[in-house]
Amino acid sequence: MTFADLRQKLKSGEVSSKELVQEKIERIKTLDTTLNSFLTVNTDEALNQAEYVDKQIASGEPLSPLSGIPVAIKDNLCTKGIKTTCASRILSNFVPPYESTVTKKLLNAGAIMIGKTNMDEFAMGSSTETSAFGPCLNPWDITKVPGGSSGGSASSVAAGLCYGSLGSDTGGSIRQPASFCGVVGLKPTYGRVSRWGLIAFASSLDQVGPFANNVSDAAEILQVISGKDEFDSTTVDIPVPNYLETLSKSIKGMKIGLIDNCFEHDGLATEVKDSVLGGASLLENLGAKIINVSCPRFNDGIATYYVIAPSEASANLARYDGVKYGFRSEDEQSLIEMTSKSRAIGFGSEVKRRILIGTYALSAGYVDAYYKKAQQVRTLIRKDFDEAFKKVDILLAPTAPTTAFGSGENINNPMAMYLSDLLTIPANLAGLPAISLPCGFDKSGLPIGLQLIGNVFEEAKLLQIANQFEEAAEVYKNRPKTGFTL
Amino acid sequence: MTKISSSDVRKVAKLARLELPEDQIETYTEQLEEILSYVDQLQEIDTENIPPTTRAVEVVNAMREDIVKVNCSREDLLNQAPHREGDFFRVPKIL
Repeated sequence: MTFADLRQKLKSGEVSSKELVQEKIERIKTLDTTLNSFLTVNTDEALNQAEYVDKQIASGEPLSPLSGIPVAIKDNLCTKGIKTTCASRILSNFVPPYESTVTKKLLNAGAIMIGKTNMDEFAMGSSTETSAFGPCLNPWDITKVPGGSSGGSASSVAAGLCYGSLGSDTGGSIRQPASFCGVVGLKPTYGRVSRWGLIAFASSLDQVGPFANNVSDAAEILQVISGKDEFDSTTVDIPVPNYLETLSKSIKGMKIGLIDNCFEHDGLATEVKDSVLGGASLLENLGAKIINVSCPRFNDGIATYYVIAPSEASANLARYDGVKYGFRSEDEQSLIEMTSKSRAIGFGSEVKRRILIGTYALSAGYVDAYYKKAQQVRTLIRKDFDEAFKKVDILLAPTAPTTAFGSGENINNPMAMYLSDLLTIPANLAGLPAISLPCGFDKSGLPIGLQLIGNVFEEAKLLQIANQFEEAAEVYKNRPKTGFTL
Repeated sequence: MTKISSSDVRKVAKLARLELPEDQIETYTEQLEEILSYVDQLQEIDTENIPPTTRAVEVVNAMREDIVKVNCSREDLLNQAPHREGDFFRVPKIL
């Protein structure tokens, strides 16, 4: 069911918003004790909001685009009066005194915030296992991870616990879990969506974006959250096009570039490769032209990212000092002891690891060798994309090298975990919009994701191609069944 | 090849205000060594005369009117503090 269908049902009185919310809350009660997608369920307020929308409908008031539709929010987006933990012990009692721009926009568009979703601590991870509040599981197979860091936002949509959600993507944290959970996940262009109220991880890479059951719902959420924000000076003042208008336009003659470096990688599973190449053939059948392109520096993305992201994180996370908010270790004798101990207890091991890498890379004598060097390679990666977009409209690659891996499989091997973001990181480094779409299944029935990468601010084209693909492939009609009655 | 020693890790942890228990130093040293060795592949790339990218989509001189607006109340902000004394944040001794 799409948002358009839901709107129709709400307007005609076939269903009330309260019923939608109650149904999702019941489902969360049944399934989420296992999945752990939610850190906070916003039951009372969601029901109040729903009743308000139902009254609006009854009195014939015009409805906002997302009126009455229950959505979930990643727990690194500040929600006024609702606990926002970033899945970290250091923020376990943090109740923000303000609302993030994106959640404010969603609420203004009538959406009902049903809860806050589980994630890797401070969005650092690719499996939602580094959460301080227990791992989130994959609804397709609960022995597998949902991906990360926005694992809860992906699994909640896949399991039907909400109709859509928001996540954040710094190196693939929307697209990789979307791929692992068989849903649509979109990372917008850097600067398209406000980061105000998004708890910072790596500020030059972070972007907020939607998860949805289908491309048109993702387009609807993007439509609502996009635009210049006076509170985020990195948002760009370019008009937001109507993303829905162009969804059904033919893609005949469009040029789609296959990034050859992606398909040659050793770590790429054969089933993933075949399924994604099958997706490219399908687009060809729809009238698109497939062209091979080369991005020579694409595979240097991970090395570049693991200097830039931890460096920015080490600076951003310096604010957690036990003084102004968050966890404080008591009875320490000096300020330095108090801060060092609070951070030692408050942060988990992956966060500590990244703070250490970042601090090292930025420390005296190393900053040029690491940080500046990585920023220069970042320029080269961008240039590759610039060249590619002279030849093609859009780029196509797998989202992740494999389908969902097993719980615990990579948790003690940071480097193996980092490599799972190989194919998503370059879009963040270049600031490009990218979407992951379900394109097939592996032998064990786990979903495979196809990634489309667009040029800056070309979300409309991205969504158009994605929508045509989705309608032709019909993969999205499959929903997870393992262990669940849906 | 980057060589990280346990004393490097201790030094960096101190800079980062992160107390690390002695029995974890070795693990962190090994992991940092592995990650930084991987990152060392960047050194082989010729970046002479290549300008660094700080932000993928540059916005130059984003200006706005300097108008005071109240987004959060002072009380709400002070109440977030683990220890508050009047209008101050209370901390252990600094010197």
